[in-house]
Amino acid sequence: MTRDSTPGSLRVLVAKVGLDGHDRGVKVVARLLRDAGIEVIYTGLFQTPETVAAAAVDEDVDVVGLSMLSGAHMTLAPLVVKAIRDRGSDIPVVLGGIVPSQDVEELAAGGIAAVLGPGAPADQVVEVVRKVAASRS
Amino acid sequence: MIPRHNGGVNSPRQQWQKAFDESRLREGPFQTLSGIPLEPVYGPDDGEYPGQYPYARGPYASMYRSKLWTMRMFAGFGTAIDTNRRFKEIIKAGGDGLSTAFDMPTLLGLDSDDPMALGEVGRCGVAIDTLADMRDLFADIDLGRITTSMTINSPAAVMLAMFVAQAETAGVPRANLGGTLQNDILKEYQAQKEFVFPPRQSMRLVRDTVAFTAAEMPRWHSISISGYHIREAGSTAAEELAFTLANGFAYVELARQAGLPVDSFAPRLSFFFNAHIDFFEEIAKYRAARRIWARWLKDRYGATSERSMQLRFHTQTAGVSLTAQQPEVNIVRTAIEALAGVLGGTQSLHTNSMDEALALPTEKAARIALRTQQVIAYETNVAHVADPLGGSHFVEALTDEMERRAEEIFAKIDEMGRGSILEGCITGIEENWFQGRIADSAYELEQNFNRGERIVVGVNRFLEGNDDDDLAILKITNEDEAKQKQRLSKVRSDRNDAAVRDALDRLAKDAVDSEVNLMPALIDASLAYVTVGEMMNTMAGVFGRHVEVPTI
Repeated sequence: MTRDSTPGSLRVLVAKVGLDGHDRGVKVVARLLRDAGIEVIYTGLFQTPETVAAAAVDEDVDVVGLSMLSGAHMTLAPLVVKAIRDRGSDIPVVLGGIVPSQDVEELAAGGIAAVLGPGAPADQVVEVVRKVAASRS
Repeated sequence: MIPRHNGGVNSPRQQWQKAFDESRLREGPFQTLSGIPLEPVYGPDDGEYPGQYPYARGPYASMYRSKLWTMRMFAGFGTAIDTNRRFKEIIKAGGDGLSTAFDMPTLLGLDSDDPMALGEVGRCGVAIDTLADMRDLFADIDLGRITTSMTINSPAAVMLAMFVAQAETAGVPRANLGGTLQNDILKEYQAQKEFVFPPRQSMRLVRDTVAFTAAEMPRWHSISISGYHIREAGSTAAEELAFTLANGFAYVELARQAGLPVDSFAPRLSFFFNAHIDFFEEIAKYRAARRIWARWLKDRYGATSERSMQLRFHTQTAGVSLTAQQPEVNIVRTAIEALAGVLGGTQSLHTNSMDEALALPTEKAARIALRTQQVIAYETNVAHVADPLGGSHFVEALTDEMERRAEEIFAKIDEMGRGSILEGCITGIEENWFQGRIADSAYELEQNFNRGERIVVGVNRFLEGNDDDDLAILKITNEDEAKQKQRLSKVRSDRNDAAVRDALDRLAKDAVDSEVNLMPALIDASLAYVTVGEMMNTMAGVFGRHVEVPTI
């Protein structure tokens, strides 16, 4: 796990879950958030829903950002939400990557707070993360 | 004899003509649409010509006059039976090379019933657990006649072993098998991140496959040294060029350390580059790649065979250039990128489908992608003349600049490795140097986009029409996962457990001794229906596993 901190700011855990090794997007988003003054923690590759949930709760983050490009999001993303809720936490989960718009409704039903599709610009990424964090309490 | 230029019998032009006349040619007519006859290549008598060292203008004298590029469409999803059906469609539609995409669990050496495989089985490619799946994958396809490319790296040796086992069971001797194994592990640590074992142990498996194929599979390309993923991960064109060729030099050094003479394996190395959207930069990159490879192989590694110095490459259009917005526009992007590959002299080409920023391609989208290549090949006449942009002041200057930038990077890698590119590549990986540079370049490009300096049609400009997004996309259900798990469990119960144990014991024993070539043990294990996961776990028990230190 690696972190880049700005004291007192919003804290976001960005995570790669499952076997998907595409890490370009997650790193770009991590830097975008960091440059927007948000504290970012990156899990590294090959995490499970359990390890992501544990890290999110231990680090007491405001938002979890998942990056998924292998098509496994319908299976894995809701499992991350469930693992966080099973720990008694309401930390919201945002999903980004190759996610067709047809999947968004079902993902929302699975507890995903927001979906950022391919091509989402930097200001939208930051805005969605801030909005989701603010809606929490 | 003193070579006489400017029209003399030994001018480069005349040497080229002689080589061209000796080549087997395809049927013309080679003329423009309006009937103007076209020469196979243009240039001054004393200029550079294709098929001549250092090959900037192409590896062969006759280029596409002998044979068009191979339209190699990458496919694979669901079970082996589904992919086999897709393969047969590709053959029927005029594709002449197969390219296999494996699913993520297979790429990481996991069985379909591994808990980590959940949700990924058959999703990004085909699931292969045992020889039984390999048999279904290539059922009723004559492996002696078609060439097969397998995109797999960490478990490349295992997959090659299963492929050989399947072919020989079907009556095709290994010596007759033609195709390519990606087997480029270095770029996994740098960019694609599908690694299993630590770098040095992985390189031993690469060495084993290179030595095995050099001795027993004369038609096989043992490594496809891949810049594609480096570029997709965010590098610049010059970084793609330099990192890829440096990895190539590293494999050359590895094989030489194993005692193989350079000309015994270098002719079997091939390359795989990205075709991104910056048209001329890509063409310059391919031309520079050929020139650099020829010079380094000759000067630094002492190659004497022309085949060792002639860089041949596969191209795939840039997945990252595709947009989810107005996806039909991706057909245009792909066509332009494919054209760059062809004008750059690629030996084979995969064109992406318009829907790949959304999901895996539908049959229709994949067909249009193949049709795009066919339009370029058969309608535009661009393949009539070799290196048509050679001699352009702009393209020659850009080619020189790409080479200069690549040489700067080689100097840095050589320094990291204290005079060894092999050590420099491994050190650069261990110190996150490659990974850091790629992430920096990716972020830089993203910032250009965010500042509006880089325009992407339909994404930050020209948005009208973005809401008409009703493209039919491919849905893969979890039924495939369940089916594949069932199948694996049947294979496990039908096989001879004692034979499995013996095969794994031998594999573990061979793995301990780094002087032993692991290919024979892997082929025997395949024949005993040992699973990919069992073989990989057994080797991991000896080799350990690689863990990347996460950095932003």
